[in-house]
Amino acid sequence: MLLEVRNVSRVFGAKTAVDRMSFTLDKPGFLGIIGRSGAGKSTFLRLVNRLTGASGGEIRFRGKNVLALRGAEMRAWQSQCAMIFQQFNLVPRMDVASNVLHGLLNRRSTLATMFSLWSDADIHRALEILDRLGIAEQAAKRAEALSGGQQQRVAIARALMQDPAIILADEPIASLDPMNAQIVMDSLRRIHDEDGRTVIANLHTLDTARRYCDRVIGMRDGRIVFDGRPDQLSAAVAREIYGANEHFSEAATSTSIDVLEPGDAELLPA
Amino acid sequence: MVDTAFGPTPDPHPGGPQAGYLAMVRRRRLYGSVLAILFFALMASGFHLADARNAGGFWQGLHQVFDFPAEVVREAWAKRANLPGLFFKFVPSMIETINIAAVSTLLGGGAAIVLALLSTRGLARWPRLIWVFSRLMDGLRAVPEIVIALVLIFVLGGGPVPAMIAIALHTSGALGKLFSEVAENADLKPVEGLASVGARWGQRMAFGVLPQVAPNWLSYTLLRFEINIRASAILGFVGSGGIGYDLKLAMQWGIGKYDQVIAIFSILFLTIVLFDQLSGHLRERLTKGAHK
Repeated sequence: MLLEVRNVSRVFGAKTAVDRMSFTLDKPGFLGIIGRSGAGKSTFLRLVNRLTGASGGEIRFRGKNVLALRGAEMRAWQSQCAMIFQQFNLVPRMDVASNVLHGLLNRRSTLATMFSLWSDADIHRALEILDRLGIAEQAAKRAEALSGGQQQRVAIARALMQDPAIILADEPIASLDPMNAQIVMDSLRRIHDEDGRTVIANLHTLDTARRYCDRVIGMRDGRIVFDGRPDQLSAAVAREIYGANEHFSEAATSTSIDVLEPGDAELLPA
Repeated sequence: MVDTAFGPTPDPHPGGPQAGYLAMVRRRRLYGSVLAILFFALMASGFHLADARNAGGFWQGLHQVFDFPAEVVREAWAKRANLPGLFFKFVPSMIETINIAAVSTLLGGGAAIVLALLSTRGLARWPRLIWVFSRLMDGLRAVPEIVIALVLIFVLGGGPVPAMIAIALHTSGALGKLFSEVAENADLKPVEGLASVGARWGQRMAFGVLPQVAPNWLSYTLLRFEINIRASAILGFVGSGGIGYDLKLAMQWGIGKYDQVIAIFSILFLTIVLFDQLSGHLRERLTKGAHK
């Protein structure tokens, strides 16, 4: 068993963000989690990476409960379980290669990293990874000078530098234009296909999930309401996940329905 | 929220938006007038109290205020040929004063970085101890340098070391507070990104926070350096060496050494102007970026 999620919950005050979530993953796969904003997708990924604590349950990776890890053991788990964020979360004022090398912060001596004393082998590997993602020529630029799509590829490079068993992607394409979104999703899929790494991606839209994932989990109000193959995502299932009324059409989920503000309702197709 | 996206938003002000805004304007004007009245009342009562408690009389003494400076300048003018020589005589003391300021700014700044990060919400290593570290900084900042220096001179004897420790302690509290306010506005996304790779707290601060806050922190440190040059000169009065000590000797001597007083004041003034200009220029570059 690769990953076993059992009865995981996370409560914020009166709100239950993740409600007794359970599923298993027996071999490396490309798993998509879909649902609207506030459905608990991000909280779940943050629980797996231990950026936030769980209120109950277990997450077992190769049999070991990662929710019980503390201190250095927890950081060692985080270094095996890479995370990609919607806003890239790079260090904007540092150069691209340094940002990629940050993936090694847990694996090298603290003192050496504090003075950025990376070995030539490490630097070469960082540049190779950047090359693999097609942005090697940006290595010396400041991260903030890059476009959103390029920054997200730097974030993927940082994740690959961690040599992770599992990559968690929290809305990786939600702030990107369609072309960059495709480049980023293609990169993630290729990493899964070529390296056999598990990818769990939170996605906004049904069509992205259909196109890239082997398996899709649909969440609503912190609970799993769908778990199956992408071709099983019918209009009825979509309604169940997105909780829309009879005016809802599936087309709305292919634009980012979650970013609509009050007053934008008339933009939805009737 | 998405859940309310499909319903009309209720108007928070039943009288229409204009009525709500006008009410706000009236409220602001009321507060403004109350503040103005308070300001004048405090000024008048404060002056009255100070004048009543004065040993002499404020109005009777007022015309004598410039007598002493006039006397000093008159003597210095008569001996103006000595000034260039005296100027060079006091340069080593000035350097000593600047040295005390530089070392104490560096030491205090280093301590301020640690104290600031430990007491900033969202960054602190031990969130429960934020209160302890912020109160510690309050304490360090509340005690004037001269009080710490007097105690230390009593214990350690006169010299530059007690002055340096005194200024460094005060600096760590004062700069720590400013550093913490800058760090509070730091973007937490890079810090979170580093946390997700399993970085330690020190690594998260060094790579996630420091690059963001460094220009502002450096700018505050330069400002503090200027302040510390003045502080270190003042501490010379209580026996810690440097230009302040020379000034005290010259002033105590009184008539006959006023040319020295003027020389010392000029060199102090020029030094402070020089560092003010230098740090102003550097701070401009740090916060706004170099000219392209």
